[in-house]
Amino acid sequence: MAVKRIGSSTIKFANPPSIAAWATIVGKKEGEGPLAGCFDYISEDNTFGQKTWEKAESHIQLMAVQKALEKAQLSPNQIDYILAGDLLNQCIGSTYALRDLGMPLLGLYGACSTMAESIAIASMIVDGGFASRCATVTSSHYCSAERQFRFPLDYGGQRPQSAQWTVTGSGALIIEELGDGPYITHATVGVIQDLGVTDSNNMGAAMAPAAAHTLRAFLEDTAMPPEKLGLVLTGDLGKVGSENLLQLLSMDGIDIEPYYNDCGLMIFDDKQDVHAGGSGCACSALVLAGKILPEIKGGKLDSVIFMATGALMSPTSVQQGESIPGIAHLVRISRQKGDE
Amino acid sequence: METFITYLKVFITGGILCFIAQLLIEFTKLTPARILVIYVVAGVVLAALGIYPYIAEFGQAGASVPLTGFGYSLAKGVMKAVDEKGLLGAFTGGLTSTSGGIAAAVFFGYLVALIFKPGDKS
Repeated sequence: MAVKRIGSSTIKFANPPSIAAWATIVGKKEGEGPLAGCFDYISEDNTFGQKTWEKAESHIQLMAVQKALEKAQLSPNQIDYILAGDLLNQCIGSTYALRDLGMPLLGLYGACSTMAESIAIASMIVDGGFASRCATVTSSHYCSAERQFRFPLDYGGQRPQSAQWTVTGSGALIIEELGDGPYITHATVGVIQDLGVTDSNNMGAAMAPAAAHTLRAFLEDTAMPPEKLGLVLTGDLGKVGSENLLQLLSMDGIDIEPYYNDCGLMIFDDKQDVHAGGSGCACSALVLAGKILPEIKGGKLDSVIFMATGALMSPTSVQQGESIPGIAHLVRISRQKGDE
Repeated sequence: METFITYLKVFITGGILCFIAQLLIEFTKLTPARILVIYVVAGVVLAALGIYPYIAEFGQAGASVPLTGFGYSLAKGVMKAVDEKGLLGAFTGGLTSTSGGIAAAVFFGYLVALIFKPGDKS
């Protein structure tokens, strides 16, 4: 009997897991952005001393996990599961990062929604009594993402104005059974929404319907009025996607605009010439772990509805003329365990 | 003064061709590779229609350096080879006339790749 489900799609954790520690590692551009002061480590050199961009991404992810462990004062063998994913083929960013850590690995693919997906599943594992502690981590790197989805940098192509800038960095969390919070109180796993968007330069439009769908499900299941939501934060809808989301929700009479923000719009400044905003798995992970969790812990923010969005296409599917399916996973993180 | 006018014509011709390409990048979904291919084909078509020789005479390097010039060179080579060898020339003529350009592109591209590594645009 699924006792911890409410409504049609949402999980309400019986014993909300606590986030013990978080770590953020970023590259040069992110370190020059508006959130620079929030990150644990900024590298001036996006190679991070490695020979390839892919190795650099793995290195960043490893650094994030190690930093989170250090902050939680834990060793790798005290983590029951690590949930990790990234944008590269076969998730090699994660697998090569974690191969020497000796932690039981659950590899995930959610594109840019990976952070929310990993937090949701880790919370289920902990609240379900299957683990005392889980780690979640995700990463992205501008250069490896360009090779993965578009062209290797050596090609020397120009970026169109509508392109988003893949964030270089990694965010890691340690989630445990007992602690002082912030607490993960709810999770709503997303359903793929594909409204036929084929323009890979407008991912925001492809993902906004998924975000609207998941948020609607959460609001129906919890009957939470919009004013009680705290901050509603999407992953990387960017400028166009954010507007689409607000429009879609207002068609259902839901107005979240006063409490809404998007990580892709927060991580970079307009002056940094990133065109349509930040994207990548690390985008939402870094804003969550760098800015939001400290604000909740410090009492500045009560709760956040963290909804990372992902575009589930591949370069091959795009070349074959397929549209871009979107997904959004939601977790509610709050200063308190209960509904107060 | 005459040399200045020549350089001005070269600059304007090359500039207009590149400007059109930039408009295509900004306002269409065409990838750079597709734009390059369109330029080569455009050069061939304009050569076949007898228009490109006038552009080439006016713009000189400004018409021969952009990829439309390559298409023009291809077309000229084919036309010459067909005159000399008949149908076989349709296959051999294009590569023969552009062989210098292609070899130079491969050679210098290789040289640059040996010397430089791509940066991360930061």
